[in-house]
Amino acid sequence: MLFGEEHHALRASLKRFVETEINPYVEAWEEAKIFPAHELFKKLGDAGFLGITKPVEYGGQNLDYSYEIVMAEELGHIRSGGVSTAIGVQTDMCTPALAKHGSDELRQDYLAPSIAGEIVGCIGVSEVGAGSDVASLKTYARSDGDDYIINGSKMWITNSTQADWMCLLCNTSDEGGPHKNKSLIVVPMDSPGITVGEKLKKLGGHASDTAPVYFDDVRIPKRNRIGQEGRGFIYQMEQFQEERLYAAAKFLSQVEDGVEETIQYTRERQVFGRSVLDNQVVHYKLAEILTEIEAARALTYLATEKYINGENVTKLASMAKYKMGVITQTVPSACLQFFGGQGFMWDNYVTRVFRDTRNASIGGGTNEIMLQIISKELGIMPSKQT
Amino acid sequence: MKILVAVKRVLDYNVKARVKADKSGVDLSNVKMSMNPFDEIAVEEALRIKEAGKADEVVVVSIGVSQCQETIRTALAMGADRGILVETDQEIEPLAVAKILKAVAEKESPQLAILGKQAIDDDSNVTGQMLAALMDCAQATFASKVEVGDGKVDVTREIDGGLQTLSLSLPAVITTDLRLNEPRYAKLPNIMKAKKKPLDVIPVADLGVDIAPRLKTLKVEEPPERSAGVMVESVAELVDKLKNEAKVI
Repeated sequence: MLFGEEHHALRASLKRFVETEINPYVEAWEEAKIFPAHELFKKLGDAGFLGITKPVEYGGQNLDYSYEIVMAEELGHIRSGGVSTAIGVQTDMCTPALAKHGSDELRQDYLAPSIAGEIVGCIGVSEVGAGSDVASLKTYARSDGDDYIINGSKMWITNSTQADWMCLLCNTSDEGGPHKNKSLIVVPMDSPGITVGEKLKKLGGHASDTAPVYFDDVRIPKRNRIGQEGRGFIYQMEQFQEERLYAAAKFLSQVEDGVEETIQYTRERQVFGRSVLDNQVVHYKLAEILTEIEAARALTYLATEKYINGENVTKLASMAKYKMGVITQTVPSACLQFFGGQGFMWDNYVTRVFRDTRNASIGGGTNEIMLQIISKELGIMPSKQT
Repeated sequence: MKILVAVKRVLDYNVKARVKADKSGVDLSNVKMSMNPFDEIAVEEALRIKEAGKADEVVVVSIGVSQCQETIRTALAMGADRGILVETDQEIEPLAVAKILKAVAEKESPQLAILGKQAIDDDSNVTGQMLAALMDCAQATFASKVEVGDGKVDVTREIDGGLQTLSLSLPAVITTDLRLNEPRYAKLPNIMKAKKKPLDVIPVADLGVDIAPRLKTLKVEEPPERSAGVMVESVAELVDKLKNEAKVI
């Protein structure tokens, strides 16, 4: 994938944005276990960063996905993974299906203000009993005239305590099987019957709010449905492609920052009369790690390029996310090791990278699910699983 | 009112400069180049003056190789109206830069020229002063505050031991100090629009300016490496070392 002058300009601008509008505040946000989503999203929206690939009619820039990858990579340099994930929820998780399949009215009401950063969105897919196994979710929207009446609950919903709306995946019928009975519905979070639970305590991503959301006879007009009834699962699977590419690009940046800090530290830290870095076991390992990161990035770029060309990238995007997931499971741990005692200290940035990126191989489809998808795409999956 | 802003393409401030093996200069091959940070402040100030309704046009000029167009586009993405590149592959010394800027100013007739106080590559800190002398107009260097009035501009400058405020009649030359403002990040719609903004490329020969070098670089060397420090056990030992070894107190 080739980056042009505009990509470089966007990168430079985002770098400055992260350095001036975000990084100086992340310590306070980590401490507070929440970041000011409305305030930050407004700034991002004003700068045009929340609608890079979205239609011009709704305030977007209608650029191809390579620009979104630049954004994801730069946001990966935010020194708090929860913040970059929260922004990704708005740009690449709860809005792609709305932008592609939503009615004009729905897009005017929810997409345009989301791109402008005036409202905050979240995505409601996972449930206590349905994470990776999306098809088995239980939340149900019963038809009642022109409305749906929603009952059920969603789990691990990032941005939910601050969100104005949710892109909700739920069952809208009992027929047609688990892949054809679901719909995506735009649910205003102030609707009567919605309760947002206590913020969940997480291993990492401390600056972002994640909570369960409960629905008790929540009445939503049917015009809030995105696209056709029964197509929700398909739309969500499409929407996952962007989420996976975004995640791959973003997490690789954050891991790489951790590696850079490790190089700096090991170069200065003296043991047995020489720097830690001077030990072959250390610099060889770091060279190998950076090769892995570069290879995963190349795969992400390849998937993005094909996605831009309109090809089905289910396999490649899943491979990119899988490879990134393996890197995030192993590399931060290796970096932490090279820090010695310092690597066990809470305030050391590599331990934050270790915590924040641990979710990379879980959220947005676990690494095991990625392998399942890749196997299916390759035609090597047994036809009936036991 | 028209404002002319000069921008220089320099080694990015994050990049560690490496001296060429033959000690003839700094190695600029395959390294990241960016706009001189003081010039970014100059662009920002010009844009703020325009946004306050006190100027109609911000013209950005750069001198150098073709890639300087990227530096100009950065300024256009921030909001400048148009750009001029005076193109040359030759190394241009500060006096020649000032002469070229004067030639551009004669064509453009700006009321105000804003420059960075110095470029972070050679730290010369002379171009603005030379330009003001050549144009025979008022100058205020190291500006920390700029207020444009009717036919004049008040500039607060950072000087040794305090601040000095000058009132200049226009046209004038101002050079920016670090604390004048904080440059904005370019908004994405403006980044995309920057490509469509006018950017004239003028070969340096067309300006008929004498750019022959006056200076000769003998050699460029890395700064001496700092030797390791020593830990002292007590304040008394520190004072003793400062007094008897370093001889600074």
